[in-house]
Amino acid sequence: MTRLMIALTALFLLCTQAMAQDATVQSVLQAHRETIEKGSRKSIGAAIDAIAASGLPQAQDVLQVWAAKEMWQRGGDGLFFRGVEKTGRQVELFDFDSGQSVGMLDRDDLEQIKPNSGVRALIGTALVQFQLSDPDPIRRAEALDAIQRSPAAELLAPLRASIPAEPDPALKDRKMRVERLLTMAYDPDDQARITAIEDMSGDLGVDMRATLNPLLVTRIVLAEGLPATANIRREVKPGDPALGLAAAYDMLIAAGLAQPIPDAEARKALLIEHAADGLVAGIPLHQLDTQAARDAAYVQLAQAGLVPRWSTAEAPEVVVTRHRFVEVYNEPSAAVTEAAEQALDEIEMRVGLNQAFDLGLDALSLASIYFLAAIGLAITFGVMGVINMAHGEFIMMGAYTGYMVQQVIADHTLSILVAIPLAFAVTFAAGVAMERLVIRHLYNRPLETLLATFGISIAMQQLAKNIFGTQARPLTAPGWLDGAWVLNDVVSISYIRIAIFVLALIFLGLFLFIMRRTRLGLETRAVTQNPRMAASMGINPDRINMLTFGLGSGIAGIAGVAIGLFAKVTSELGSDYIVQSFMTVVVGGVGNIWGTLAGAAMIGTLQKGIEWLNPSNTLAAQTYMIIFIIIFIQFRPRGIIALRGRAAGD
Amino acid sequence: MSTLLEVSGVSVSFDGFKAINNLSFRIGQAEMRAVIGPNGAGKTTFMDIVTGKTRPDEGRVLWGERSQSLLGMSEAQIARAGIGRKFQKPTVFEDQSVHENLLMALKGRRGPWAVLFYRPAAADLARVDELAAEIGLADHLARKAGELSHGQKQWLEIGMLLAQEPRLLLVDEPAAGMTPAEREHTTAILVEAAKTRAVVVVEHDMEFVRRLSCKVTVLHEGAVLAEGSLDHVTADQRVIDVYLGR
Amino acid sequence: MRDSFVARHPSVLIFLALLALFTLGVTVLAEGFGIGLISTSFVKTLGKTMCLCLIAVAMDLIWGYCGILSLGHFAFFGLGGYMIGMWLMYERTRLIVEGSLAQGALPPTEQEIVAAIGTQIFGVVGSSEFPLVWAFADSLALQLALVVLVPGLLALVFGWLAFRSRVTGVYLSILTQAMTLALALYLFQNDSGLRGNNGLSGLQNLPGVEAPQSVVSLWFFWASALALALGYLLAAWIVSGKFGSVIRGIRDNEARVRFLGYSVEIYKLAVFTLTACIAGIAGALYYPQAGIVNPAEIAPIASIYLAVWVAIGGRGRLYGAVIGAAFVSLVSSWFTGGQIPDLALGPLTIRWVDWWTIVLGLSFVLVTLFAPSGIGGLFDLWQGRRHPDRHGADLGPNAGALREKEATE
Repeated sequence: MTRLMIALTALFLLCTQAMAQDATVQSVLQAHRETIEKGSRKSIGAAIDAIAASGLPQAQDVLQVWAAKEMWQRGGDGLFFRGVEKTGRQVELFDFDSGQSVGMLDRDDLEQIKPNSGVRALIGTALVQFQLSDPDPIRRAEALDAIQRSPAAELLAPLRASIPAEPDPALKDRKMRVERLLTMAYDPDDQARITAIEDMSGDLGVDMRATLNPLLVTRIVLAEGLPATANIRREVKPGDPALGLAAAYDMLIAAGLAQPIPDAEARKALLIEHAADGLVAGIPLHQLDTQAARDAAYVQLAQAGLVPRWSTAEAPEVVVTRHRFVEVYNEPSAAVTEAAEQALDEIEMRVGLNQAFDLGLDALSLASIYFLAAIGLAITFGVMGVINMAHGEFIMMGAYTGYMVQQVIADHTLSILVAIPLAFAVTFAAGVAMERLVIRHLYNRPLETLLATFGISIAMQQLAKNIFGTQARPLTAPGWLDGAWVLNDVVSISYIRIAIFVLALIFLGLFLFIMRRTRLGLETRAVTQNPRMAASMGINPDRINMLTFGLGSGIAGIAGVAIGLFAKVTSELGSDYIVQSFMTVVVGGVGNIWGTLAGAAMIGTLQKGIEWLNPSNTLAAQTYMIIFIIIFIQFRPRGIIALRGRAAGD
Repeated sequence: MSTLLEVSGVSVSFDGFKAINNLSFRIGQAEMRAVIGPNGAGKTTFMDIVTGKTRPDEGRVLWGERSQSLLGMSEAQIARAGIGRKFQKPTVFEDQSVHENLLMALKGRRGPWAVLFYRPAAADLARVDELAAEIGLADHLARKAGELSHGQKQWLEIGMLLAQEPRLLLVDEPAAGMTPAEREHTTAILVEAAKTRAVVVVEHDMEFVRRLSCKVTVLHEGAVLAEGSLDHVTADQRVIDVYLGR
Repeated sequence: MRDSFVARHPSVLIFLALLALFTLGVTVLAEGFGIGLISTSFVKTLGKTMCLCLIAVAMDLIWGYCGILSLGHFAFFGLGGYMIGMWLMYERTRLIVEGSLAQGALPPTEQEIVAAIGTQIFGVVGSSEFPLVWAFADSLALQLALVVLVPGLLALVFGWLAFRSRVTGVYLSILTQAMTLALALYLFQNDSGLRGNNGLSGLQNLPGVEAPQSVVSLWFFWASALALALGYLLAAWIVSGKFGSVIRGIRDNEARVRFLGYSVEIYKLAVFTLTACIAGIAGALYYPQAGIVNPAEIAPIASIYLAVWVAIGGRGRLYGAVIGAAFVSLVSSWFTGGQIPDLALGPLTIRWVDWWTIVLGLSFVLVTLFAPSGIGGLFDLWQGRRHPDRHGADLGPNAGALREKEATE
């Protein structure tokens, strides 16, 4: 059995070799000599096909040389060679079949074959089949890229042919996928196309949608004179969003079924044209200050035959109702369009689901940002009850600290690692200073704390502006945070957002740890609940307040570094977040970190949701979000997670 | 004697803690009642419920001859219906004069328009003078309330309460922080008031309660433990156990 | 009763007399009618300052007397400006458009005029259609009514929502700030119908008035002075009676007022709405003198500055608010006007245009810390008056008041 196989194979090989031997590339070229010389896009196909189908090892080489305008024809005998231009108008010629140099010739004795772009495109298509079986996998992948960039019916056959022999499993998968896409677009057999569409129904790839969408392109035409075989999608009434009155009427004009009607502007021009001595159609011009008067004058002119006929009865909206308009597919096969519609519907549903998931991820990352911005406030405002309007400026300070560190340390990873503790230190110190100098004196007067810290806020903002200028400063993320985690063509999330999410989780854990497991947390809770009692237990409330405030500010500083990585660092960075931060704390419920988390999640989801509903307008999204929050507070004045009972105070 | 206020089966809990537990209480038209009980017995929460500050989880609070429910009403509506309240801590408007304080409390129309165009009539001014005399602040009418002594503030608050002409007065520890002489005066004011209206006094000081010589209700863990004359309840073994001690 | 009102409040009489003297003095010295010692632009500055004093009076009413630190009154101020600005812009554009269309061969139709005005006004935001909010822009009377109605209605709705749910203290302040931010962001959009961030411009030109700006500026100056006088009188009258007593009571102890039988929410709502209307009127007088109104004017920061003025002037007294607004805004424009020479401190040069905000912010902190009664407090020192020790009950009901005992330790 094996022997028989070997024998057969050997015989087959001998045969092909024999066939190759009796035909050279040159002979193929010579057979199509005239068309090659002519170089016309219309007729050249036969020549290219002949070369490509010759099965000769040199065929690919010839086509490449041809496309690269390196093919020369010898004047004397009309043979084709590869030519390399040398100095002094000399060209060295090489034989296609042997690859050997056949000597130098002067340019005057040669004719360079210069295929035009159309011909080159055809050659390129022919070349793809060689590239598809190229030994270099990179070339094969490039060929697939080329096919996807400019798909064409001719590519289907070579692509199919190359699949069985494809050694690389990944490339083979890709080839099969592209083959399905090409099949649904170009296969002559409708049933094959439908099968291909059904095979890939529900695929989320952008290429799938890009293939299906052209199949479903429609145009709106007059129903009259349409061939019976037309693939009609639906009937369209003029005035439909897809077909404006004016467009419908223009179609009637184009079809010779209606007369052009002068619009108000044109009629006015005609009136002016026919005016003489302050009169038009016997009516004084100064009386024509209403549209009705102008219409009357125009009708008189029209009756006199001076201007095109026009009357309110012949208005376009009346005329168009006398005709039918239909939307037809460009694709003639109804079965194919139906399958494509179904597939696209299913894809759209899946895309919708995935988009919802993607939106959820976006909302989560926005929530993390708000949580980061608000967690410092959750400490100073939520736990201590101190309202700090300069909180946003601490965030800004942290971001600028990060920027300064990057000026000194060039390595981005290292600089971020340095910046985070440094930002904490800087804002911690600033917070402590502020607590000592100002807030300490205002502990029982929240409204005045609000105003005093606001004074600090505007001073700090202006100071930052004076030092760093008004233009945005970059805070560059390390390279390994570039890019995104791509799940499919719809769902992706950038690494930097994942990092911020992780950071938010770390902070949550840190906060819980400090508040529940450390001495500082215990003392803080004691001081906030009953400072006198705490003091008599040997806790120094001054020290605790100072440290707690510093901690809240320090966390704001770290949040500043994180926010600075994706937002522009400007002096207004803080004020962009302050209202949202307060909203997060208030909506979530003051004095409870889980509340802050819930508040951040709600505000993040809400903002992303509104942006999704109205994607063009982020300003409006913020407006609606704030209105929603104001209304939300009606129903839960103490926030999502509220402290109840007499302890909650009034 | 017809019932003015009837509280029945009221319960309220804060985060699982039952501050008031199936409490029932009633008081007549012109009656003095002292409410005593250990800390946390629910005395203040009881007042909060009656005045509308706290909404009970269940139960009924009925008011007046027509047995109107107080539960759906706001604090201001309940106050206008005739329930006056004095807080434990003296709360008067310290930035305003005694005269202004009393004038603000004086019974009259409470709507913004009426108040905006209000000009005190001679009768109103006479009533303020009369009240000031009653609470012993006749000489201090022009002074700011914040300048008064602690006892005087308590009296001013009681005066404001009387100015409202309520049918029921809820008084929370009126004698706290007063000298014996001041207590005497406070007792007199309250006893006088109780002749024409119902008065509920929450107090810890047994001597003060004795001087009021009225029916006593003992609250414990949010419910009525005992009710009757002072001698009757002080003899009750349960009252001795939870409140009076041995 | 009026006699006794003024007699009981001599400060009102003094204030009105000083205001009248000031108005007369400026008129005599101005370019328009007088000897030209005061430039037209400075007359406008003074007129604008009086509008700011008026809104400061409103702010004092709501904050100093009623204890509600509203960070949203500049939104009402801006809305008032927008309302009058719509008429000014519409009417002026209409006159221009009619003038140019009259040059055409045919007299213009009504629709043509409206379309041309639309193109003129909304061209900058890529539109030419009149949005619904401009429905009454052709009527001065209606737009004047809207100057009061729109801020009033917004305040009514917002206040009803906020007070009904018993939001107080800093929460309320943050909520009003959020409202202001929402409104500003909304107006920043191009499709808000009010020309996005371009705002309304050219408001200094009164349509159909030939008089030069030097005269027009004086008209507005007088109108501002009159509005300030009337607003001050109204505010003084309100706070002097029982109503004033009640709202101060609300400020100091809201719950107590409630137990006296007053519907605190309705009183707050009344004061909030009234002050919003006053703010709207002040804005309607301010922006024709400024010439332009845009959403940046409404940004939360402006309302906070308003609180700063009132605090520096001394809240809880109406003349304090006026002094604060006049003093801070005039000093502010003096510093930021670039008329002060730079201060050289070795390597650092203090350019006041840049550093003024820092000085203002820090001085505000200092006032809050060391002079809670502001500039107005100087009058008390002069009169030897002493405030009662209010036991830390702050100007405003808030959670902090519950901790007063501990805090005074």
